[in-house]
Amino acid sequence: MIAAAANELRDGDVVFVGIGLPSLACNLARATHAPNVVLIYESGTIDTRPSRIPLSIGDPALVTGAAMVAPMTDVFQMILQRGHIDVGFLGAAQIDRAGNINTTVIGPYDNPKVRLPGSGGAADIGAHAKRVLVVMTLDKRAFRERVDFVTTPGKRVRRVITDKCILDRDDEQDELVLSGLFPGVSTADVEAQVGWRLKHATGLREVPPPPAEMLRALRALRTA
Amino acid sequence: MHDAVAAHVHDGDVVALEGFTHLISFAAAHEIIRQKRRNLTLCRLTPDLVADQMIAAGCVSKLVFSWAGNPGVGSLHAFRRAVESSHQAPVTSHRSLELEEYSHFGMVGRFAAGAAGLPFWPLRNYADTDLPGVNSSIRTVTCPFTGDQLAAVPALTPDITIVHAQRADKHGNTQMWGVLGVQKEAAFAAERVVVVVEEVVDESVVRSDPNRTVIPGFIVDAVVHEPWGAHPSNAQGYYDRDNAFYSEWEAISRDAEALKRYLDEFVYGVADRSAYLKKVPALRERLTAKPAMSGEVNYGF
Repeated sequence: MIAAAANELRDGDVVFVGIGLPSLACNLARATHAPNVVLIYESGTIDTRPSRIPLSIGDPALVTGAAMVAPMTDVFQMILQRGHIDVGFLGAAQIDRAGNINTTVIGPYDNPKVRLPGSGGAADIGAHAKRVLVVMTLDKRAFRERVDFVTTPGKRVRRVITDKCILDRDDEQDELVLSGLFPGVSTADVEAQVGWRLKHATGLREVPPPPAEMLRALRALRTA
Repeated sequence: MHDAVAAHVHDGDVVALEGFTHLISFAAAHEIIRQKRRNLTLCRLTPDLVADQMIAAGCVSKLVFSWAGNPGVGSLHAFRRAVESSHQAPVTSHRSLELEEYSHFGMVGRFAAGAAGLPFWPLRNYADTDLPGVNSSIRTVTCPFTGDQLAAVPALTPDITIVHAQRADKHGNTQMWGVLGVQKEAAFAAERVVVVVEEVVDESVVRSDPNRTVIPGFIVDAVVHEPWGAHPSNAQGYYDRDNAFYSEWEAISRDAEALKRYLDEFVYGVADRSAYLKKVPALRERLTAKPAMSGEVNYGF
């Protein structure tokens, strides 16, 4: 999943990075095929080269050696809203057929079953990044016909990378469709974990396993 | 710290306690808890452990925020207990904590408007999201020049803003580096400002590097010298984030009794910050920052 997410980045992309799997994927891309990717964390650290995997979005390792550390007013206005972000990388608690993302509540807003952290920068990234990529585990409880709360609109979501498959957003149909299967995964395996009748992209393909050098780089990042 | 909180934080105040994962004044929060302030409206982009502790201690009646969690770890369980349906008493159905939530950009805009003396801040946001539906303070405004429909958020003008910083002089001229968050905007937006610092330095130190000053002394009401006052968050160049404690918080806050025991021992059970620091295991050995000095610049003419 992490290698597949890393493969989405092109060299030179300016990427707004969330913490966790997106952060790992972006650092993997920078260590392999995209050495000139510019990583921007919402804490304001720009073109960061962290020497350890950051636990939090404001980890001090993101500051040391960065090209710039900007106040958050600059990050959200001059960088994100101004249109400088090529790729926004998000996680999600729920995602729906149209690609809408929920990170706010499970159940009704005023009396939630589970209270999640909320938007953070997600709604802002969803409004302004040119391509939004989502990384999350495939699970029927998370892939819903309709999310309980739209934190981040699905319109700019281009691709959802899971541990079993890849979904692409078909803008004409306004919905996520199956475009790639990881080795050994069947369409039935995927459909069992998706809460709507999942359509297949015309070019549905098997995603090749990550090359050995990428796995080596990932191990190196994890032990750094 | 005792005197600064006693003088400047009152029951019912709107309090901004800022710091974006970095430079969070846990020292001020603990003193607010010890002095049993009530009915505070707490404003933070990221109410993390500091907010969980203040909610558990009963200080907070309303939270204004954009992301409430334990960064990199998981949930704030005192916050969740105050909000989730399964924890609400069925008889009273009384919800103990009011929420007003935005995205980060929305909160940034609110502080920016407050700091600029404007009534609201426009931003291109919130189309097709459910946030305006649950927060009537997220509205729209039409641009008088282009006719564009923009989102608008109201100015946030706290009664008091408390920020932690690396250093200040005795006049309150405050310097910080590393992740800056919205510390400057939160300070300029407030009626009263308290800065808590790792070091009080001579005025000449500040004046030798004026571009590093984020908050000028003339808007500061009190300077508090409190080394390690941001622990378990970090202070760039002074100490690392105590990630082990952030991870331990998951188990502490999940259990209301364990959280109460934590507050009894580490907050109510100590007189001040220096007594707290003595109770944190191997603080300096684990967390003291390694040097990574910057180059110098020439301010001459």
